[in-house]
Amino acid sequence: MRQKIILRVISKILIPYILLFALYVQWHGDFGPGGGFQAGVIFAAGFILYAIIFGVATVRDVVPATATRYLLVIGVLLYSGVGVAGLILGGNYLDYNVLAHEATHGQHLGILLVEAGVGITVASAMITIFCTFAGRRPEEHEKAEEG
Amino acid sequence: MIIISLMVFMAVTAIAIARIHDLFAMVMLTSIFSLLGAAAYVVMDAVDVAFTEAAVGAGISTVLMLGTLALTTSEEKPSPPKNVIGGLVMVAITGAVLIYGTLDMPYYGDPTAPIHHHVADYYLGKSTGEIGLPNVVTSVLASYRGYDTLGETFVIFTAAAGVLAILGRGRIARRRPEDDDVAAVTTTEAADKPGGSPP
Repeated sequence: MRQKIILRVISKILIPYILLFALYVQWHGDFGPGGGFQAGVIFAAGFILYAIIFGVATVRDVVPATATRYLLVIGVLLYSGVGVAGLILGGNYLDYNVLAHEATHGQHLGILLVEAGVGITVASAMITIFCTFAGRRPEEHEKAEEG
Repeated sequence: MIIISLMVFMAVTAIAIARIHDLFAMVMLTSIFSLLGAAAYVVMDAVDVAFTEAAVGAGISTVLMLGTLALTTSEEKPSPPKNVIGGLVMVAITGAVLIYGTLDMPYYGDPTAPIHHHVADYYLGKSTGEIGLPNVVTSVLASYRGYDTLGETFVIFTAAAGVLAILGRGRIARRRPEDDDVAAVTTTEAADKPGGSPP
């Protein structure tokens, strides 16, 4: 799909805004609709659009396979780590009240970190799944995208 | 009225999915079905669910199914004509049982419905004081139901790990710099080719 100039130009214009919107959904999930799951999926969608237009190898230059694999684990560990931090600070597992001096501040912090963990895991999981599927036999993938 | 027309559209899309043989069109119709579902959720004021449905159902799963089609084929294999009467009877009985089951359910938006009196009262009343977030959905999802969300995150993680285990060719295990370079070069060459003829 590299030779389609309209798709290339439009997607280049759109992708930064897709990623920006994903970040907005991620950090604004406490106040409006959204959260880690949606943000992760939208963030991954930006990369997937890039992969469809410019090829999986180009995306792998931006985010190497190793990076997404580590991020996959980092997200889950961040979520579980917040739970363990609650245990260490004297609360129950995933009890955010003890994370800060004030209970609601702790809740805010805990929810923010937990949603960040969810977002990282979901985004890297989607990018990983897409790139493994699409990078398997790239010549046929390109053909099917044409048709 | 809006919800009824959305439901009619969804039914039409579902029938079209069942009758069509072109898998590419089928994937697109599934995406449209998800988008209509997301619109229905918006009408029902469930914006968070609609958001997820639009992003995951209409977006990512369509892309994944297209990826699967690219690896397999985009035309359904012709199957020999089967006994449709048995299937029709089965579907009719199941549908009748489901409709019979809905007769007992409270009406949509009924304030006395049991679902609104189990824990919802507590969440709606206390979450502003206990969590302090304007979006109650986030409070419930990330704090009250933190264990559930942790489990969901692990489900996503496991899905990616499973895909990597099956299709990932174990590049991590025997990773040499040459391996990655060779793979990158072949992929770039394939992407540079003029895309091949339409099927």
